[in-house]
Amino acid sequence: MILFILRRIALLIPTILGITIVAFGFVRVLPGDPVLLMAGERGLSEERYAEMLKQFGYDQPIWRQYLDYLGDLLRGDFGNSIVTKKPVLTEFFALFPATVELAFCAIVIAILVGIPAGVFAASRRGKLVDQVLMGTALVGYSMPIFWWGLLLIIVFSGNLGWTPVSGRISLLYYFPAHTGFMLIDSLLSGEKGAFLSALHHLILPSIVLATVPLAVIARQTRSAMLEVLGEDYVRTARAKGMSPGRVIGVHALRNAMIPVITVIGLSVGTLLAGAILTETIFSWPGIGKWMVDSISRRDYPVVQGGLLLIAVVVMVVNLIVDTTYGLINPRIRH
Amino acid sequence: MTDIPQNDVASAEEAAPMHAAVERRALAEFWFYFSENRGAVLGLAVFLTLIVVAILAPVIAPYGPNVQDRNALLVPPFWQEGGSTAFLLGTDAVGRDMLSRLIYGARFSLFIGLVVVSIALAGGVTLGLISGYVGGVVDTIIMRVMDVILAFPSLLLALVLVAILGPGLMNAMIAIAIVLQPHFVRLTRASVLNEAGRDYVTSARVAGASPFYLMTRTILPNCLGPVIVQATLSFSNAILDAAALGFLGMGAQPPTPEWGTMLAEAREFILRAWWVVTFPGLAILITVLAINLMGDGLRDALDPKLKRS
Repeated sequence: MILFILRRIALLIPTILGITIVAFGFVRVLPGDPVLLMAGERGLSEERYAEMLKQFGYDQPIWRQYLDYLGDLLRGDFGNSIVTKKPVLTEFFALFPATVELAFCAIVIAILVGIPAGVFAASRRGKLVDQVLMGTALVGYSMPIFWWGLLLIIVFSGNLGWTPVSGRISLLYYFPAHTGFMLIDSLLSGEKGAFLSALHHLILPSIVLATVPLAVIARQTRSAMLEVLGEDYVRTARAKGMSPGRVIGVHALRNAMIPVITVIGLSVGTLLAGAILTETIFSWPGIGKWMVDSISRRDYPVVQGGLLLIAVVVMVVNLIVDTTYGLINPRIRH
Repeated sequence: MTDIPQNDVASAEEAAPMHAAVERRALAEFWFYFSENRGAVLGLAVFLTLIVVAILAPVIAPYGPNVQDRNALLVPPFWQEGGSTAFLLGTDAVGRDMLSRLIYGARFSLFIGLVVVSIALAGGVTLGLISGYVGGVVDTIIMRVMDVILAFPSLLLALVLVAILGPGLMNAMIAIAIVLQPHFVRLTRASVLNEAGRDYVTSARVAGASPFYLMTRTILPNCLGPVIVQATLSFSNAILDAAALGFLGMGAQPPTPEWGTMLAEAREFILRAWWVVTFPGLAILITVLAINLMGDGLRDALDPKLKRS
């Protein structure tokens, strides 16, 4: 098992190097002089320009610059934001919990609704329920989520007034952030109503972000179930006189789970891409909104660092999924 | 589809009429399986309607896409109080007719889908063929580059690419095509690896077919099934991503009547004028849904394994 994980990590190294080349290249291929870009509109004196050129290493040959960049990364130096002057890594870790909290709630919703929906549809194959469920899933899969979010705001925040329009918690509450996860921090704070307020703020963004993964999980569960339900061992179980619930829930579902877990793992990328839109709509202070804001502010060190960090997060999660996969299905390890 | 026998190189011309008959039969078989899926037929009908609407936009649309009526700002749709039949779906904040803009918007969405898929398909299939057929170092390099592209969340990479290239519809399309391309490369490569060892390929090679002929005429037609399905999926993804980029202000720029861009402009009126927000999104959803319905039907019709069951 350890060998399996190590081999997986070794396979990631070329990709990680590729990612650093993309992140490194990103600033180099931007139109215009990087130093002038950083100086902004005020411009620079000639001496200061030469000084900055040297400071950032732009007077070195390109391969040298890349190696220096790699060295910086290994020392944990991802550069500083032009706007806030803070280290990119610090900003990332300050905002990351907000995205994780949102993405976690979204994937929980997607799994809790998606898998039962898929199983139910498969067990009623071709019936009206199946068609309605799968039709709904296809609508969810086709959904432009930025519009879906706006619609939910119109209905639930505008017309019904049930949920807040933006942010993570009501301004009435203030407490120290221990974990960065608002749900946990609000509980720890002991302030009355804080937890409910946080939950209130979380619900619409989670639903929006869950929509596409939910549809994908439901569709995948259904087709995996259908495939498994045709297998001999399922027929045997049925012939032995087992209850349909037990056949579906125990014999079929466990074997159908492998492709479903793959899809859940793959949806991490979808979630982070979706977070860009969801966080922008709901002014959710996570890394998705951070990236969009940085791109429009031309805060290139942040874009560069964020791009790299997000790609690494996706890869690590995929590695974890691959490993779980190996645990569930020993055949894959070899 | 996959059953079409490959004529060998020498007798290719004599066999042309027979080949045509086989193709007709394959097409008939394809339509038989495709039309069994009612959703797919519905999707096709909607898609064809959209194409007609897009082509005939100047004829159908009651107004030009950018014509402003200063006396009719944020007029609601005709069935609501204050609405008028002069503007069936109402007007936006600067008095442009929503319906006309939506009709012209169909042009952009279909155009985006077509261009993006063409670029991604041409590039991806070529790279996949080379990667699978040549193998070795070339294969490793191509596949590692694709892995790197796939490591980034697609929308994020597209956003960053647009930031490099500069906001605009053309650059957004290029960025999305780059992001979607690896899927085609992987699919084509896998099919090529699968097909390259088959007898019909060997016999064509023995008959003296050149590597180029083998790649493009012998192997490629037999790999097309999954690629076509992927193309429909990419078509809808391209429309969604382009709309998302437009919504984030990095795609088509105002006053272009692109649906995502329209949504971005409408955001500030979200709680005052529901129609400026609702209709463009609905248009995106209907288009994407129609294409995905078609994609499901195509998959059923082109997947030999599902067909026989």
